[in-house]
Amino acid sequence: MTKTAPERIFVKGNEAVAHGALAAGCRCFFGYPITPQNEIPEFMSKALPEAGGEFVQAESEVAAANMLLGAAACGIRAMTSSSSPGISLKQEAISYMAGSQLPAVLVNMSRGGPGLGDIGPSQGDYYQSTRGGGHGDYRLLVIAPATCQEAYDLIIEAFDLAFKYKNPVMILGDAILGQMKEPVTCWKPEGHNDHAESWQLDGCKGRDPRLIKSLFLEEGALAEHNLVLQAKYEAMKAEVRYETFECDDAELVVVAFGSIGRIVKSTVRSLRARGHKVGLFRPITLYPFPSEALAELAAQGKRFLTIEHNLGQMVDDVRLAVRKHGDSDFHAQMPGTLPNPDDFEKPILERLGGK
Amino acid sequence: MQPQEKLVFKPSEVLVDRPTHYCPGCQHGTAHRIVAECLEELGLAENAVCIGSIGCSVFIYNYLKVDAVEAPHGRAPAVATGAKRARPDKFVFAYQGDGDLASIGLAEIMHAANRGERISIIFVNNTVYGMTGGQMAPTTMIGQATTTCPAGRCEDKEGMPMKMAEIISQLGGTAYCARVAVNNVGNIAKAKKAVKKAFEVQLNGQGFGFVEFLATCPTNWKMTPIDANKRIEEEMIPYFPLGVFKDRTAEEE
Ligand SMILES: Cc1ncc(C[n+]2csc(CCOP(=O)(O)OP(=O)(O)O)c2C)c(N)n1
Ligand code: SF4
Repeated sequence: MTKTAPERIFVKGNEAVAHGALAAGCRCFFGYPITPQNEIPEFMSKALPEAGGEFVQAESEVAAANMLLGAAACGIRAMTSSSSPGISLKQEAISYMAGSQLPAVLVNMSRGGPGLGDIGPSQGDYYQSTRGGGHGDYRLLVIAPATCQEAYDLIIEAFDLAFKYKNPVMILGDAILGQMKEPVTCWKPEGHNDHAESWQLDGCKGRDPRLIKSLFLEEGALAEHNLVLQAKYEAMKAEVRYETFECDDAELVVVAFGSIGRIVKSTVRSLRARGHKVGLFRPITLYPFPSEALAELAAQGKRFLTIEHNLGQMVDDVRLAVRKHGDSDFHAQMPGTLPNPDDFEKPILERLGGK
Repeated sequence: MQPQEKLVFKPSEVLVDRPTHYCPGCQHGTAHRIVAECLEELGLAENAVCIGSIGCSVFIYNYLKVDAVEAPHGRAPAVATGAKRARPDKFVFAYQGDGDLASIGLAEIMHAANRGERISIIFVNNTVYGMTGGQMAPTTMIGQATTTCPAGRCEDKEGMPMKMAEIISQLGGTAYCARVAVNNVGNIAKAKKAVKKAFEVQLNGQGFGFVEFLATCPTNWKMTPIDANKRIEEEMIPYFPLGVFKDRTAEEE
């Protein structure tokens, strides 16, 4: 994908997501207000009509996600965004879209939970995002940006991936990413081919009618459908993405994603300056999870510390990845708090000194 | 064909020729036929997107030769909203039962109507949850026994049956709203006229179109088809009056 017409803007992560989606050719947005992601629908309510698209403030998250389902069935680039409690309500439609093999982009600027929780940052929706979240056996492609620039770049890719796999794609950010401001270099992908002509609903003129559904009642039909879906989730593993920083000679590798990954990077940089052999491994795709790359580091004898803004979720995936060679320690940053790089020095130094 | 035979009726080209899955005497089939005839007569089938919902009618897509998508329970008006906003040039309609529309999907139907979405809703009110085995619906009549109100619906505990056509007609975006029945030939003709009108207000960009069908569910009413049809006349129509509750085309004339 070539980058044209670079323009520098200074925006919040939420706005970066919205600018990126617009550049990606998103033409329908369905939303419902919830902090800390309101800048996304607010931006879209103005920008989309100007771009010839449609914005609807739905009556609920349930309705917004089902509007997304309807637009997706018509082969249109469409999206919704929300934050944790709202994403829970969208799970109904997400399961149906996964079952119906529909491309859609969903953004979760997550906040503290469970329940109403608070509006502070948290990574407590890791399980919900990567394990399905709604009912049934399905997976979303889950992408976790750490900077405003990444938020812009990755949502453009999210639309391509959604259509490539005919599957919902989730951008998992948090209140830190949504609310912080950074310079972003804008770029526009040069056209895209969504290959939707073969399945989209646009009236059956000159062809047999098409049906998009997730109900399979005939004997064995659902089993067959699920095997097709599973094969697709396997194929998605080709999209795995991660960042490594100072891992080569590291004795301890810290595994952290999204905003926490970025904050830990600063901690690692400062510890390195003082001669400590520590590195960072930052998964960018949470599904597919970069298990193989982690296993390779484990095979080299490295030790691991997973740091998350929750009480221990991704650490399960890290342990599964490294289990043949070792294990991972875990440090919890309590949800709803706003950590800085110094907060992670003690837990990292403890693990470095130990064993 | 004998030379003296004259063709007086032929099924709509939009209907698929297949055995029905509906119970004997169920009027979902009649409602489907009316929808198919209106699509055909208005030349809409090849430009239509049908939203199927949950309930006995989930298989509407097996009977109509149109593009279709299945919505979660109650969400058909939201799915239709998304489809219509994505492709304003398509004809978008949804088909919903009373459990679907008046209970779990009440928010979705009210707001789609209020926004004046350019979509058409066919609403089949058989006063019961059919597919799941005859539980109480928001439209179940006072005294009517169901599997979840075995002693009969009681106003005190369960509230009054909801009159959806009246409610929808009150919302600003509704351009056409009617209640019909298909219990006799005259009413069938009126039902077809109403569906056509509901489709036309979408075509003319005038707003939201809604037609409520009073329909039988002989299986869950535990009645013969003939007695079920009689119940429409004697019990349902007096409480759920037939007629047009809103017609923006008439206001504009
Ligand atoms: C979220 C959800 N809840 C419950 C159901 C189970 N369910 C399937 S059909 C149905 C009742 C539908 O009744 P109605 O809309 O009156 O249609 P009818 O079968 O009478 O035509 C229910 C509750 C479901 N499919 N999804
Ligand atoms: S259960 Fe009722 S609504 Fe369902 S097909 Fe049978 S008669 Fe019709």
